[in-house]
Amino acid sequence: MALLELDGVSLAFGGLRVVDGLDLRVEEGEIVSVIGPNGAGKTTLFNLITGIYRPEAGDIRLDGETIVGLEPHEICCRGISRTFQTLRLFLNMSVKENVMAAAYGHTKAGIFRSMLRTPGMRREEREIEALAEKRLAFFGDRLMGYRWDQPAFSLSYANRRRLEIARATATNPRLLLLDEPAAGMNPAETHEITELIGTLRTEGGYTILVIEHDMHVVEGISDRVVALDHGIKIAEGSFETVATNEKVVEAYLGLNTATTK
Amino acid sequence: MTDSTPHSSHTPATGPAVGQDEWVARHAARGLLPEGPLRRVEERLRVVPWWAWLVLFLATMSLLPVVESSGYVRRVGFDTVLYMLLALGLNIVVGWGGLLDLGYVAFYGIGAYAYAILDSDKFGIHLPTIVAVPLVVVIGAVAGFLVGLPSRRLTGDYLAIVTLFFLQLFQTVMTNGDSAFGHNLTGGPNGILNIDPLHLFGHDLTVQHQGVFAVSYFYVALAFFAVVYVALKFVNASRTGRAWRSLREDPLAAEAMGMPVNWLKLLSFSFGAAVAALTGTLFASLNVSVFPLTFYFVLLITVYTMVILGGSGSQPGVVAGALIISPLLEMLRDPGKSRVIFFAVLVGGIAVAARRSRALGITAAATLAFGFAAHEIARAIDSSWVSGERGGGFAGFVDHWVIHPAQLASWIPPVSYVGLIAATLGVTLLHGHRRLVALVPTLYLAAFVWENVMLSKPEPARYIVLGMILIALMILRPSGLLGERRVEIV
Repeated sequence: MALLELDGVSLAFGGLRVVDGLDLRVEEGEIVSVIGPNGAGKTTLFNLITGIYRPEAGDIRLDGETIVGLEPHEICCRGISRTFQTLRLFLNMSVKENVMAAAYGHTKAGIFRSMLRTPGMRREEREIEALAEKRLAFFGDRLMGYRWDQPAFSLSYANRRRLEIARATATNPRLLLLDEPAAGMNPAETHEITELIGTLRTEGGYTILVIEHDMHVVEGISDRVVALDHGIKIAEGSFETVATNEKVVEAYLGLNTATTK
Repeated sequence: MTDSTPHSSHTPATGPAVGQDEWVARHAARGLLPEGPLRRVEERLRVVPWWAWLVLFLATMSLLPVVESSGYVRRVGFDTVLYMLLALGLNIVVGWGGLLDLGYVAFYGIGAYAYAILDSDKFGIHLPTIVAVPLVVVIGAVAGFLVGLPSRRLTGDYLAIVTLFFLQLFQTVMTNGDSAFGHNLTGGPNGILNIDPLHLFGHDLTVQHQGVFAVSYFYVALAFFAVVYVALKFVNASRTGRAWRSLREDPLAAEAMGMPVNWLKLLSFSFGAAVAALTGTLFASLNVSVFPLTFYFVLLITVYTMVILGGSGSQPGVVAGALIISPLLEMLRDPGKSRVIFFAVLVGGIAVAARRSRALGITAAATLAFGFAAHEIARAIDSSWVSGERGGGFAGFVDHWVIHPAQLASWIPPVSYVGLIAATLGVTLLHGHRRLVALVPTLYLAAFVWENVMLSKPEPARYIVLGMILIALMILRPSGLLGERRVEIV
């Protein structure tokens, strides 16, 4: 049984079919890339999986259990976490607090215990803090030390992307959805992100579904590539088979290019 | 881990430390005072823990009745503590939750009315304080929860409208509650009278002692404040506090990171309402009576002003806001003090603006000279124009500067008032030197209008001064006095 299973998932905005009868399997420990031109429905796919949109047809299962109809925070607690294509950090909170906030789902201390600062609550706070420090340490010294107490808005763009990944991992997910992690990064940073995604799997043990436009990144990380166009899966397989697939070339470059080549 | 990072509080002013973003260094340096003894004092003060500040603050506050025997001043002190509590409660909803709750003072009213019903001759119920106060807090929390229920999917403007309607609804129900289904529940416009005082440790807290405001209530209110402040401080540093602030920053991201956004909104509504209801019990028991019109827009705006002026989201900030605004509004009732405050705000505004441009300093001096000249010219033409002089001190000085006729022709107030508005608009249209030149007569006209028109009408005048302070603050410190610098998500 695959970790994540999508069966015939469909969603339309008015007359526009954004995702149309999509089937997808992601096995435990896999890194799967989703590619496709702008408007292909990639981010919508992420929004469907995380419960922000509800599919009109089809089923989404995590570990064999359907997650359709659950609230996004419930889906997060089941073990799916994500980053956003347009960064959505808690900008006016400190770097460390951004990560600590994401531990909400798997911690328990209630508001009255917090008011009294019971020993159990303080122990849990220490655990949350240790978790946050561990997640931030994942990025070397980039998000360490004095940066912990800086507000998130003072971070550079690349560091904001890193912080989003750190925040996503603080929910202790099994499946990590990364929405264009290398967007807007320079070549050196892009290379770093490529290695990082590999490390996330080996050290963090996460299964990763990633949307990426940079083909070098896709080539470097993917066990499997899924190509979408107009909400339909047009190709699936290893990077080489998908990259040379006629339909994929056509979707990216147009029909004439594909035929004359 | 921290040892490996090149950071210390003594970041050299010359440039960023190794590995530190230049931008971050500049951002951090901007908040620091220039090198020197002041900076060293500030660094010392930074290491003082928050609870030490709180104890110091409470100790200072509790000295008020000792150094001041006037019942009026003690009463203002008590009201200020109530405002501090109200501001702390509103800060949960607005500062942390990021929800624009315009029905907030209705919960204050619900608390006051609930206490009045549970502890008065109205229905002959006289619950002991130790039962009544927690019960009222629970009633407030439940009311907040219920109002939150239909509003939990609303944000921004929509939530503001719905909560504003709730305040109006509360108002209408309380005013017409004297004939609800044939029963007199709330006393209608006449309110509820003869409310029991608080009864603690076997004693009734007396409101008056030998005709003067008794201090026991002041200390009880201060104790309530201390408890609420510390409890909220702890909540803010817990997972709930972080989740509230995440919700304020980005509800969608918060939801996707496992935080139940709707539930958190209800919680923040509920806790804000509970604090307001608690404050309501103090209000009702001290005043021995409650009337519907107390809990209305003016009070709402006042509490909001405190939260915004002090720095929404910052607990010391909103307390400072209450501590400044509440006595200020009292002082503005008195024409003498009101005049000093008005001119202090005017001069302060010019002084701060002049720090940025020397020309404005010259403008201020020119305005002063302009005033004396205008005053002398007016005296030369007709001495009755400057005959309204009122003696020594600051008022005497102002009288030698502003034209102040003893008898004001009826056309002067409206014409000068409209003229001032036109002149102010004119100034904003001009640029460069012309603006500075136009500013001189405009400032003088403002002083003229204040002395001749506004001073005799303290009620609108004090809110105009408050407005001036808010405008100045909006320009100088958009995040409030003690608020953290904020960025909008773009």
